Amino acid sequence: MSTFFAMNGYGFYVWSAYGAAALVLAIELFALRSRRKSALEEARLTVPEDAGNPAEGSV
Amino acid sequence: MSLNWFKYASPASFYPLAGKLIPWFGWSAALLALVGLYIGLVVAPTDFQQGDAYRIIFIHVPAAWMSMFLYVVMAAWSALALGFNTRLSAMMAQAIAPTGALMTFIALWSGAFWGRPTWGTYWAWDARMTSELILLFLYFGVIALRHAIDDPRRADRACGVLTLTGVVNVPIIYFSVQWWNTLHQGSSVSLTKAPSMAAIMLTGMLIMSLAAWFYAIAASLARVRVVIIERERGAAWIGGLTEVRNA
Amino acid sequence: MSTAATASPVDDGVLSAMRWAAARDLKLALRSRGELGVQLLFYVIVVSLFPLSTTPERNLLATMGPGVLWVAALLSSLLSLPRLFAGDHADGTLEQIALSPYPLAALVYGKILAHWLTTGLPVVALAPLLGLQYAMDGESLAVLTAALLIGTPILSLLGAIGAALTLGLRASGSLLALLILPLYVPVLIFGAGAVDAARAGLGVSANLSLLGAGLLVATVGAPFAAAAAVRIALD
Repeated sequence: MSTFFAMNGYGFYVWSAYGAAALVLAIELFALRSRRKSALEEARLTVPEDAGNPAEGSV
Repeated sequence: MSLNWFKYASPASFYPLAGKLIPWFGWSAALLALVGLYIGLVVAPTDFQQGDAYRIIFIHVPAAWMSMFLYVVMAAWSALALGFNTRLSAMMAQAIAPTGALMTFIALWSGAFWGRPTWGTYWAWDARMTSELILLFLYFGVIALRHAIDDPRRADRACGVLTLTGVVNVPIIYFSVQWWNTLHQGSSVSLTKAPSMAAIMLTGMLIMSLAAWFYAIAASLARVRVVIIERERGAAWIGGLTEVRNA
Repeated sequence: MSTAATASPVDDGVLSAMRWAAARDLKLALRSRGELGVQLLFYVIVVSLFPLSTTPERNLLATMGPGVLWVAALLSSLLSLPRLFAGDHADGTLEQIALSPYPLAALVYGKILAHWLTTGLPVVALAPLLGLQYAMDGESLAVLTAALLIGTPILSLLGAIGAALTLGLRASGSLLALLILPLYVPVLIFGAGAVDAARAGLGVSANLSLLGAGLLVATVGAPFAAAAAVRIALD
């Protein structure tokens, strides 16, 4: 297992590259999620207050 | 037949379709990535010349391919948007840009960490990396222009013109840098030639490329759904969505 | 505007529109000669900064020279581009121009021509003089001047697209730079590369031909893209 992480001496480079890629994708997904949350909240404010729950609307 | 095409051209009908597609592409991407990473990190043998550092190509090459592919796709959506004046096409172009920029960044970063142990330097002004850097600036430009313009429709058209101007230039930029590089190329090993591939390495790369492509589709669809909510805010059908009512 | 006596197949308003726009912009530019002088001075100063910050050693300067002069030309172009449409936009003239029956692309082309005459051409004229600061020999200077002569119009043509896209926006100057500089890269590479090729004895025709081809493509395409961008900005 430790040889896997060491990558025969190249571990720093390999994992810096893979790690950065994983980090960047994670950031993209988190940013997307928070942007979606804000957008939904803002859209909520435009919904007129009424008791009815229309059947339409899907995820 | 034409009726079916334009049915999904409205944001209201595309939104649920995209929502159904995202899990398919997302989970497929994850699965493909798992297989590809297993091949790349475990199964594929150590390279004779470059040692285990070469394993970076399993993210570097897919990211680089995606960065260029996504720009072309973005340009195609922009062309549709300008030609047919459709909102959704422009929204798709808008949604793809950040994912494309991130792919470009991953390509550049992984390329730097591949270059250091293999050729002794994090950065060299070879044709591919330099063109990739300029591609990153092109993405930044489109994103910056989008942010700078308040009116979404003006932003759609302006970014469309900019993207199309850029896409014409991408091959020119690559060619010019290639030219410049061959004139200046010293005795260093060519950075543009990947080591000749063993079949297993090629397979790993192709699987990772497919994973990257599916990921990009899922991320872009997810983002376009957010863009739709942001821009169609106030429309009646938005108010009917359960996720909006529960926000 | 076009006289019936000289009507020709091409002169269905296109040439006269170009002529009118170019003449008008030239007249306006010459009224604010100070501004033009300042931009030229900027070019001279930027070129002088590099030896001060790097080295006065002649061989190194000669190597750097073409690149520095080209980059300075790029920066000068960026500095002057907002002026292309902003003035007319601010007082409503641009809308009138867009509404006129003459092809907007032709009018835009006339403006670009005037821009090059007041910005690019002076840079070309000064280049041989400034090149002496960089210990460049006669042949290099000649090639550099030729390259700038072909290349600076491309800078104006591509720059016009950027200037139109960023009309009226916040921080339009920096945004313009971000948008246009990547597109300028091939011009820079072939333009400076022509001098390098001459120095290496490789022959300049390839670089200059590519620049010339770029100029042709830009001449045909850029005015239309810029006109489209102007309409987008005016809506």
